Amino acid sequence: MLDFVQQLVSGIALGCVYGLIALGFVLVYKATEVVNFAQGDLMMLGGFFAFTFIGMLGLNYWLGFAGAIIAMAAFGMLAERVVVRPILGYPQFSIIMATIGLGYFLRSVVGMIWGTDDFKIDTPFSQGVLRIGSLVLAHDKLSVIAATIILCALLYLFFNRTTLGTAMRASSENMLAAYYMGIPVKRVVSIVWAISAAVATAAGVLLAPITFIHSNVGLVLGLKAFPAAVLGGFGSIPGAVVGGVLIGVIESMAGFYLPQGWKDVAPYIVLLVVLLLKPEGLFGIHTRKKV
Amino acid sequence: MRFLFKTDYEDDIKLFPHSGYIVSYGLLLALLAIAPFVLSSYLVSQLVFVCIYATVGVGLMILTGFTGQASLGHAAFLAIGAYTAAFLQQFNVPFPVYFLAGGLLTGAVGALVGFPALRLQGIYLVIATISFAFIVEEVLARWESVTHGNEGMRVKTLSLFGQAVPQNGPAFYFLCLGVLILTIVGTLNLLRSPTGRAFVAIRDSETAARSMGVNVSLYKVKSFAISAAITGFAGVLFAHKLSFISPEMFTLQLSIEFIIVILIGGTFSLHGAVLGAIFLVMIDPFLTYLKDDLPGIIAGIAAAFGAGQATAANIQSNVAAVASANGLKGAIYGVIIVLFVLFEPLGLYGRWLKIKLFFQLFPLYKRATFKRQKIYVKSERNR
Repeated sequence: MLDFVQQLVSGIALGCVYGLIALGFVLVYKATEVVNFAQGDLMMLGGFFAFTFIGMLGLNYWLGFAGAIIAMAAFGMLAERVVVRPILGYPQFSIIMATIGLGYFLRSVVGMIWGTDDFKIDTPFSQGVLRIGSLVLAHDKLSVIAATIILCALLYLFFNRTTLGTAMRASSENMLAAYYMGIPVKRVVSIVWAISAAVATAAGVLLAPITFIHSNVGLVLGLKAFPAAVLGGFGSIPGAVVGGVLIGVIESMAGFYLPQGWKDVAPYIVLLVVLLLKPEGLFGIHTRKKV
Repeated sequence: MRFLFKTDYEDDIKLFPHSGYIVSYGLLLALLAIAPFVLSSYLVSQLVFVCIYATVGVGLMILTGFTGQASLGHAAFLAIGAYTAAFLQQFNVPFPVYFLAGGLLTGAVGALVGFPALRLQGIYLVIATISFAFIVEEVLARWESVTHGNEGMRVKTLSLFGQAVPQNGPAFYFLCLGVLILTIVGTLNLLRSPTGRAFVAIRDSETAARSMGVNVSLYKVKSFAISAAITGFAGVLFAHKLSFISPEMFTLQLSIEFIIVILIGGTFSLHGAVLGAIFLVMIDPFLTYLKDDLPGIIAGIAAAFGAGQATAANIQSNVAAVASANGLKGAIYGVIIVLFVLFEPLGLYGRWLKIKLFFQLFPLYKRATFKRQKIYVKSERNR
């Protein structure tokens, strides 16, 4: 029983990271119908920015965290401007390829600048543990869960209570109509990319104490975030987080109870089953094309 | 400019629309036939890889280019073909038998993947094929009684009708070239048949195809099966070329390379698959060449523009450091993909067509002929 709870908590913590990456996918997909295959690599780059600020320049953890988020938000805008905006409105497949190319580029440039070793960021959560009875919960895992809840609440308030959030929802419904209503769609899209890069950075920094940062971490985790996003329904913000947590728990349980090898494929088997039985996901809305 | 006067349907679907085609392809064939006796063994070996990648590219082109179903899982099909060959070879099965078995088994697996794919569109299909490829990779690594797991499998030298065909000799090159040519001719015939027209109809509009009476599900499954089978045949050759296979060769990276092949070549014509394969395989020797010679060239240019000896030497060592940095290849891949998507979406073959049209129409060429339409309102989400 104790093992089960332990696995559950570490699964949820891992799942929150998947959820945060999936959240980045969903934000961009909702706003522009672009699926950003470089989302995991944005997370990795954010982690490296934080490592530079905290580990190399010796800044305070929170200051470094904020610096990394600001830097990555700017980078997200830049990536949108250079790679995505010129091909917005073209078939989805070309945009997928462009973001795959961006991911390749980021991975190898990071490898060239920082090297291909594993890096570790010292955080206030790296060491401590919380004991409840005989249950031992590491602070780093709890911090991921707490941060995910806070971020989700903030994003929920942003999308439902602010004018900018409403404008974003409007342009995700119908870009052209939103443009006619006077919404500056291009700027909105660029802000969406900034937010999604910032969320990815938060995921990267929170993840740093659990798995180390290296130039390929984004590829591995980014691909695990796809099942999360699909499970939650590709256009749903709460769905992304719920899907992420489910995938994290499934992976963690499969690693503990099933023979070796299942851990890595379990998320993808779940994904295929979901796609077969309920392609719109748990929270998705099923729509049909009208001719 | 040549105007073709077509009087009946047979004229319209001819493989060689006019005599110029026969001359130019005949010339190409002659060049390819003498290639192994003229080129260095390294280049011949690269040509074999071009043939294998182009075969996979043709397979992927049927699925992605002509049926409009994206796949990032073709490395798995290649793996199934390769492992079938390696497995059957242990029991002294002759080459023609396991070659066919590899293709047919992969085709069957492709059809099985096609069924679930029927309900999926666009991005979901991409993700589903990625998942399929991951699962296959993991199965290959764990099913040790058949695949020897992560240790990999040795593939013996190919023997055809009692003759050994070493993977570096000209005979193997001709075998791969023959498979490629057969695949291309077969695919061209397929594409001018009702099946091929149904594929293209599905690509252009699934709803319209369905209302014209095309059985969309059946043709999608067929497309998956044919594409997978061709990839499986290529897999058998791939296994022989490398003479050793292990699960970590067939990763997502390889699937992405196959997509790059058709993307860079141009996703609307079989020429694209071949051009893309040439580009992708030949970029490696080209980069090696650049790595060795570029620093010297740049330093030479700097010296010519009046930089001192010390400065030139400095520049040379700096450029050399950048050129030999780890992972430069990845960055160049990334930049190439992005540049092609942004500026040359029709790929190399599209560029060739543009140049050809420019000279045919000489003062009258206009850019707008090849302009893409942007679609902001037609959401791919609702269909």
